[in-house]
Amino acid sequence: MNLKRWSILTLFFALSILLAACGGGDSEGNDKEAGSNGEEGLAAEQVLNVNIKSEPPSLHPGMSTDTTSSAVLYQVFEGLTRVDQEEEIVPGMAESWDISEDELTYTFKLREDATWTNGDPVTASDFEYAWKWVLDPENPDADYAYQLYPIKGAEDAKENGGSLDDVGITVEDDQTLVVELEQPTEYFLELTAFYTYYPINEEVTTANEDWSLDAGEDYVSNGPFKLVDWAHKDSITIEKNEDYWDADTVKLETINMNMIEEESTELQLFQNGDLDWVGDPTGSVPLAAIKSMKENDELEITDRGGLYYYTFNHDEEPFNNENIRKAFALAMDRQSIVDNVTQGEQKPAMALVPPSMFEENEEGYFKDNDVEKAKEHLEKGLEEMGLDELPTVHLSYNTDEGHAAIAQAAQEMWKTNLEVDVELSNEEWAVYLDSLGEGDYQVGRIGWIADFNDAINFLEIFESTGGNNYTNWENDEYKELIKESRTELDSDKRRDILREAEELFMDQMVINPVYFYTNLYAHQDNVKNITVSPIGTIQYKWGYIAEE
Amino acid sequence: MLKYILKRLVYIVVSLFFIVTITFFLMQAAPGGPFTSERKVPPKIEEQLNEAYGLNEPLYIQYKDYLVNVAKWDFGPSFKQKGQSVNSIINRSFPYSLILGLEAIFLALSIGVFLGVFAALYHNKFGDYAAMIFAVLGISVPSFILATILQYIFAFKLQMLPVARFDSFAHSILPAIALATTPLAFIARLMRSSMLDVLNSDYIKTAKAKGLSGRVTIYRHGIRNAILPVISYIGPLVIAILTGSFIIERIFAIPGLGNEFVESITNRDYTVIMGTTVFFSVLLLVSILIVDIIYGLIDPRIKITGKKED
Repeated sequence: MNLKRWSILTLFFALSILLAACGGGDSEGNDKEAGSNGEEGLAAEQVLNVNIKSEPPSLHPGMSTDTTSSAVLYQVFEGLTRVDQEEEIVPGMAESWDISEDELTYTFKLREDATWTNGDPVTASDFEYAWKWVLDPENPDADYAYQLYPIKGAEDAKENGGSLDDVGITVEDDQTLVVELEQPTEYFLELTAFYTYYPINEEVTTANEDWSLDAGEDYVSNGPFKLVDWAHKDSITIEKNEDYWDADTVKLETINMNMIEEESTELQLFQNGDLDWVGDPTGSVPLAAIKSMKENDELEITDRGGLYYYTFNHDEEPFNNENIRKAFALAMDRQSIVDNVTQGEQKPAMALVPPSMFEENEEGYFKDNDVEKAKEHLEKGLEEMGLDELPTVHLSYNTDEGHAAIAQAAQEMWKTNLEVDVELSNEEWAVYLDSLGEGDYQVGRIGWIADFNDAINFLEIFESTGGNNYTNWENDEYKELIKESRTELDSDKRRDILREAEELFMDQMVINPVYFYTNLYAHQDNVKNITVSPIGTIQYKWGYIAEE
Repeated sequence: MLKYILKRLVYIVVSLFFIVTITFFLMQAAPGGPFTSERKVPPKIEEQLNEAYGLNEPLYIQYKDYLVNVAKWDFGPSFKQKGQSVNSIINRSFPYSLILGLEAIFLALSIGVFLGVFAALYHNKFGDYAAMIFAVLGISVPSFILATILQYIFAFKLQMLPVARFDSFAHSILPAIALATTPLAFIARLMRSSMLDVLNSDYIKTAKAKGLSGRVTIYRHGIRNAILPVISYIGPLVIAILTGSFIIERIFAIPGLGNEFVESITNRDYTVIMGTTVFFSVLLLVSILIVDIIYGLIDPRIKITGKKED
């Protein structure tokens, strides 16, 4: 009897495993046939499977403000210009452009063969309509409107009740768009490649206000790919747009964008061959896997225009003292943090602007881990403040394993080098941002990733207090320099001014920079020609699957 | 019976009112708002956003409006997923959680009860020990660890099942097992101790003395009585499985509602927080009611009609 029961139990388990095995058949069907379609080196099946991590909050170019949405938008739409793989600005919807002598007026000539996915031609008025839609205060969800503020009258129209008719956008004819700027903006052509500057089809989108909520007939776009399926929270499928003006360049036929949040799952799918790409900029490589992937030579590491830093609260003792700030910054061993804690080959940061914008910043403005000098500054600072020793200081960060590890390393370094007790505290993200904004902290972790590849993007954060500047630090001379840079037409001179501003900033050690970010990713060997830019955009326009 | 159910329905509405009220004010009290982001939105634009979503109104007006909308089962638009309504988010994600949850509950109940009875019948013999070792393991290994181990063995090494996502029945097997294991083990232990209790009671002895076969004694008199604690555990189990599937949904990349529920809080997506909370509360309250009704059907000693009709 006993034995019989046992055999039934065993049989039951065996059966359940067998059943499970039967059901799993379709997962193995991921065969990549390597055949030639006439073109040398191209696999027959041009299908790419990637992870975009989460549901894009919006696929309306005017409403998007995040990297997930942009990872889709960069493929399905195209602006006046496009930033290519060598970081050069190349024509997109605009075939050519003229810039006036004073760099205030840009005249764009649109290409005549540009069409929407529904066959309509892309005209200058589509751009005017899209930009003014974003600037219309009636559309509050377009909160990236400030990306358009270099355009004359744009800020007034959005924020101060100015008329949309006074915005410096003029349609001369279907193919000619004239844009007037508030002040010379060296990076304006890079901005026109940004998604807030994309055109939208006036006719279709006014007829159906919800056009961007789902894939379908009304989701009309103009890029190298078109949106064919959007299963919310699950996956997005885009396919090559045969009507795209540069369709010959586009090799990939289908891109499946999955939404997988868990990084270890992403990696397993990649190792299983279900994903072709793992890691930045749309996903992430688990910290624990970095080492082994590096050893296998799988991992690619490129610079990313972003800074991870500790912001000092200048209203709080002892960080109102310049020497104390310097002591803390110098007493940190960034190389060791990067080597032992983050392990992603980030670059130790001894400056504000990433090296992808200012090459000199590979070196920075001070020496990493300069304990001698840190002690000198500490002594001087204590003397100035009339203290014998430092009080306990508080280091805050938002709850996250990685931030905690870095904070613990910093705590240890400051304890050993400066003999100061550091208390760590962490808060949930939204709570944390609130505390920073209210100045309720002493030293806090924060980061910044560039919107566009220009140093001003980092320097203008600290132009005035509030906004993204949590330091409560303001400086008239610094403000003057930033202002001066905005009117300087000569790009070398402009660069010098910006360098000067950065030097002033670093000389006062307004913040404690930690490291410059990197992009970490790996892809299957046959995936070619997809690159990630320093500002973290990924474009599949030039990508292809090579023959195995 | 009908009167009892009506009375319970009134209780449900009252409980819901308190749940909505408490969640609403707790949520408003939490620092940060739906438009808090690392990249600060210019103050003017934030004002426009607050106006568009009615966040600039005094709290009592927001609260009143919200109550009225909940009564109409309209949870409003999501703040984060622009243009999508909370109702549509619930409608599209709940089926995933429901299918996964039902599979897990089915697994947990059937195998759990089976193991429990089995262990009780072979009390202090090898079968008992084996079943209980399995149960202890099931309770002590956290579901996310089990999930990863299952993925590694069945999907990665043996290539039998898909690693993640939710496209077919095969995709649902691993997450359902991972989700079911803890409650399964719990049910097995519950069932075992209650079954042991029952088997030692006088009426079982009477039944045996009357000459009823072992099978009839166990099924008709034993299990029927011993299963009561398990039935009362179903209510909380349903909710634990539906909301607790968050981590499993993440690991297996399933677009379910548990994920939505937890993420809305991080995003301070007020309407989604409220919507999912109300939805889950209704689910909990209704499943408790159903459990109570089933209870009365199984155990004649419990009269759900109340004392008055006695």
